[in-house]
Amino acid sequence: MSAAAGSIRRGRPRGLWAGRLFLGFLATSLAIGFLTLGALLAQVFLDGYKWVDAVLFFEPPSADPLIAGARPAILATIYLGIIIIVLSVPLGVGTAIYLEEYANRDRWYNRMLEVNIQNLAAVPSIVYGILGLAFLVRGIGLGRVLLAGGMILTLLVLPTVIIAAREAIRAVPDSIRQGAYALGSTKWQVVWRQVLPAAIPGIATGSILALSRGLGETAPLLLVGALTYVSFNPTILGDFTALPVQIYQWIARPQEEFRTLAAAGIIVLLAILLTLNAFAIWLRNKYERRW
Amino acid sequence: MADVSVNLAEQLRELPPREFREVVFDVDDLGVSYSGNKALQEVSLEIYKNFVTAFIGPSGCGKSTFIRCFNRMNDLIPTAGVEGTILYHGEDLYGPDVDPVEVRKRIGMVFQKPNPFPKSIYDNVAFGPRVLGMTDALDDRVEKALQQAALWDEVKDRLKAGALSLSGGQQQRLCIARCLAVEPEVILMDEPASALDPIATTRIEDLMHELKRDYTIVVVTHNMQQAARVADMTAFFSVTRGGEGQRTGILVEYDATSKIFTQPSDKRTEDYVTGRFG
Repeated sequence: MSAAAGSIRRGRPRGLWAGRLFLGFLATSLAIGFLTLGALLAQVFLDGYKWVDAVLFFEPPSADPLIAGARPAILATIYLGIIIIVLSVPLGVGTAIYLEEYANRDRWYNRMLEVNIQNLAAVPSIVYGILGLAFLVRGIGLGRVLLAGGMILTLLVLPTVIIAAREAIRAVPDSIRQGAYALGSTKWQVVWRQVLPAAIPGIATGSILALSRGLGETAPLLLVGALTYVSFNPTILGDFTALPVQIYQWIARPQEEFRTLAAAGIIVLLAILLTLNAFAIWLRNKYERRW
Repeated sequence: MADVSVNLAEQLRELPPREFREVVFDVDDLGVSYSGNKALQEVSLEIYKNFVTAFIGPSGCGKSTFIRCFNRMNDLIPTAGVEGTILYHGEDLYGPDVDPVEVRKRIGMVFQKPNPFPKSIYDNVAFGPRVLGMTDALDDRVEKALQQAALWDEVKDRLKAGALSLSGGQQQRLCIARCLAVEPEVILMDEPASALDPIATTRIEDLMHELKRDYTIVVVTHNMQQAARVADMTAFFSVTRGGEGQRTGILVEYDATSKIFTQPSDKRTEDYVTGRFG
């Protein structure tokens, strides 16, 4: 063996154990997250899959678990989703456009707005519930209705929508804006005809992820008065429940059958949320653009 | 001047005498600063109609800053300040009641890096006419612009295809077509071929020769041979260093291209065009 070959094959590499230890730590962290989620999903699925049937989808709740369903809750969750999208997308995108395209960052109030939107995204959802109770339900006298629930969930997800929309708008390269200005576009035309269309895939992805967060919330809805037992179809200005609230109520029942029913409800809720998230990821991959 | 491989016979083409030239821009003592730092100062020159005018000079000499003054693109940078005057057909381009949007309609711009919009080829060319309300016979307008930009034959069967699917050279000609579609009087080109391969560059240069008949062209270029090949007039910019080391661009010499490349009157120009500096 030549001296040169020997010199690169010398002994054990330095830091071998430190490297292995670190890798082990990373693998453990990953495994804890994955296994917990997997165990949870498996547990829920095994408990509840037999009860995911037509009764669950098409029947109202009942004191008898065998004929109890979640139709009003599922419908209300769909309505809530529509309210969230209709309210949060225009407000969120509008705010994002202002902050990215119009706001002068040298002004203190614009900087304050930015910091506060970041903070709002971290406020616990129960606090939004208290706000909803004080301001929407009692303050303006909306009452304990579906619309109030939808509005409070909108407020809850709005910061997330704004942050996602801002990122999408910021990702549109400046050369596109300059090209449009150079052709004699006004600021409005640049934003409306170039920046916004180019940012739509990112905005849509962020909005859907925000929606799925809002639909999984229970606490703020309980505070603004979601009822736990609603046997009729919800209306915008009427009493309401929602899927997570229904699940919460079923779990709290003493009978074993209701827990199984709750597991079935969780499967439905998870299916809705995972479908939304998968759609968002698909959308992102399909329209992701490399400039 | 053997260092510059330029066909001198071509360079010695006759330019119309001074009194027969129409002045499009009359720049007087122009200076531009960013956040108070002078990027360019004391520039005075005239740009003539149906001429190709080239700005050459080393990096950081302010030539790109200068060309952006002509269509008021510097307005988009909040910290930029412009002093001195630019008269456009005798009217102050920076006058109080001048609308920058109107300015950019008449004075088009092609950028260094091709920047087609993420839309179809057709929609790219139609964008300008649409925002300016020139939508009569839009198809004809798009076709004409693409033909003028020598791109029509390559794209006529796929006008609905995405513009980002074109090659770099095609994208740049698309950007030229996009600019022509709004029928500007002047076309500003900020290093239009610097991101392109030699063949695509040649096509852009040929295009400038063609377009000169109908348009006034101002081109910034890094490439001296390119200036020598395409330009009637050439302005050479250089950099001075101030007391605190800040770099400020200045206009050294402005003359017919043949003069700049064969008998420059300033030593700095001679050093630059012979490759001894820059």
